Amino acid sequence: MTRNTATPTPALPEDVRAEIDALRPRYPTAEALVLPALHLAQRASGGWLPPEMIAAVAAHLDLAPAKVAAVVSFYDMFHDRPVGRHRIRLCTNLSCQLRGADELLEVLAEELGTGEGEVTPDGRCSYVQFECLGSCDTAPMMMVDDEYHENLTPDRVRQIVRGLG
Amino acid sequence: MAFEKVLTRNVGNPAVLRTRGYRDTGGYDALSKALRMAPEEVIEEVKRSGLRGRGGAGFPCGMKWSFVPRQSPQPKYIVCNADESEPGTFKDRLLMEFDPHQLLEGCVIAGWAVGANTTYIYIRGEYTKAASVLEEAVRDAYASGILGDSVLGTGFRHDIHVHRGAGAYICGEETGLLESLEGRLGQPRVKPPFPAVVGAFGCPTVINNVETLCCVPHIVQRGADWFKGIGPDERNTGPKLYAVSGHVERPGTYEHPIGITFQELLDGCGGMYQGRALKAVIPGGASAPMLGPEDREIPLDFDRLARAGSMLGSAAVIVMDETTCVVRATLRLARFFAHESCGQCTPCREGTNWMAKILARIESGKGTEADLDLLASVVPNVGGISLCALGDASQGPVKSMIAKFGEEIRDNLRHGRYPLPRRRIFELGAVA
Repeated sequence: MTRNTATPTPALPEDVRAEIDALRPRYPTAEALVLPALHLAQRASGGWLPPEMIAAVAAHLDLAPAKVAAVVSFYDMFHDRPVGRHRIRLCTNLSCQLRGADELLEVLAEELGTGEGEVTPDGRCSYVQFECLGSCDTAPMMMVDDEYHENLTPDRVRQIVRGLG
Repeated sequence: MAFEKVLTRNVGNPAVLRTRGYRDTGGYDALSKALRMAPEEVIEEVKRSGLRGRGGAGFPCGMKWSFVPRQSPQPKYIVCNADESEPGTFKDRLLMEFDPHQLLEGCVIAGWAVGANTTYIYIRGEYTKAASVLEEAVRDAYASGILGDSVLGTGFRHDIHVHRGAGAYICGEETGLLESLEGRLGQPRVKPPFPAVVGAFGCPTVINNVETLCCVPHIVQRGADWFKGIGPDERNTGPKLYAVSGHVERPGTYEHPIGITFQELLDGCGGMYQGRALKAVIPGGASAPMLGPEDREIPLDFDRLARAGSMLGSAAVIVMDETTCVVRATLRLARFFAHESCGQCTPCREGTNWMAKILARIESGKGTEADLDLLASVVPNVGGISLCALGDASQGPVKSMIAKFGEEIRDNLRHGRYPLPRRRIFELGAVA
């Protein structure tokens, strides 16, 4: 494996390293730690993965940075661009669409004044449409950070968005 | 005789989140019984029960287990597929959040049956709550001697690890899941070899859906004959969770004997939303071809739905009423498949996108009848020639839309009716 020796290998925060290393006995390979490690690294770096963080994860697991970057780009929950402090994922798949998700998308755009995937100027929020989140009996729904908000109405969405710090 | 709930019997009883509370309901008795049986006997019992996979494909579970070589120089693995991502499906989330030990019990029994000492529960990344409920249950099970070096004091070792995905539908495909578990892009593998021989980390592996594994303790405890006694025939057996969403009065997860009719299921949900007429129903998640109002008496089981040109799939029943634009609904699903295609195989990568583009043109009012013909000509080329079933699945909604509603769509196109007036749900009053 060739690495660019001109730049020093970036390091992961100590607590992230420790959390990753604690998971090592679970798997026969270090590569299997890529997803768990990226989840931990992303949480520790403001909800997205800057290139140096991706490189740090790769270095810690002794993998090529490109390999880890490819994984980041493949999965919808990993972000290689800045996101808001709060990340809103609105399900617009069929079951939610049938119950008004498209109207809620308009509400989000109006309320936040940004386009899909953009971060509000104050860094507070970003929103995206998301594929089915498995909460179709309480449609329409959205996920804010790690939490599900269900049986939404336009008023409820406004209220939730305004309540985000 | 009224059907007695099996898989969801503990839902709403928070005591079962703890090992002790679960044991008070008779939980882990089946594990104890299984550990007194020979592994082959456990496999035989599951085979005889007729249990078919609840994730989508409906493959006989006992047979899957029997494909794992008895003698293996390598470790063997159980992988629980908890990557529930089929649009419309939310049954496994319920099982994990409300009765996690039922799943753990099924995993350990499966491990005993095939000789695996480790289970990975691969759970979709968005299910943060279910993942933490499971992790807590796993910790408690270790502390209670259910998991670890000597399961229930028998000397059989079994470990369970909860592994979170990161948002990719394709990871619900068995070998896409394995690639993802191993830390790579979730791109399905060439088969054969099948996972039973070369699976996780190159070792023999059984991959079962959450609901499938949750059936296992009950089969062991109450016997294959009891399980077979539920359902219409030998090929369609046991209790089944139906996840109902869309335009019904009471969406939710409903447990019934497998093979009730759509009309019976609908009646149990309080009927159509606001008493409107049924337009279309998807009986088995986004991949399942649509049915129309004339199909409401079809029993919702593997074989009868297949005969009707659809499939039971994940038993996610999406109900659409008369106000629904079927082109718009199909477009949403087509976009889903285009987004989730992993990109490996050209027919799927390109075909799913073309279907979405043509549907978007029709839906927006810029289409003509020629677009519908073009769409029909694209559909047969998307599936059947790729590494996995995603391309095939993407055909279902489009093909059935054309078959069931083709004439209506043509008529709308001829009269320039697209885009159909979009129903503003919230202006009509809250749905929920």
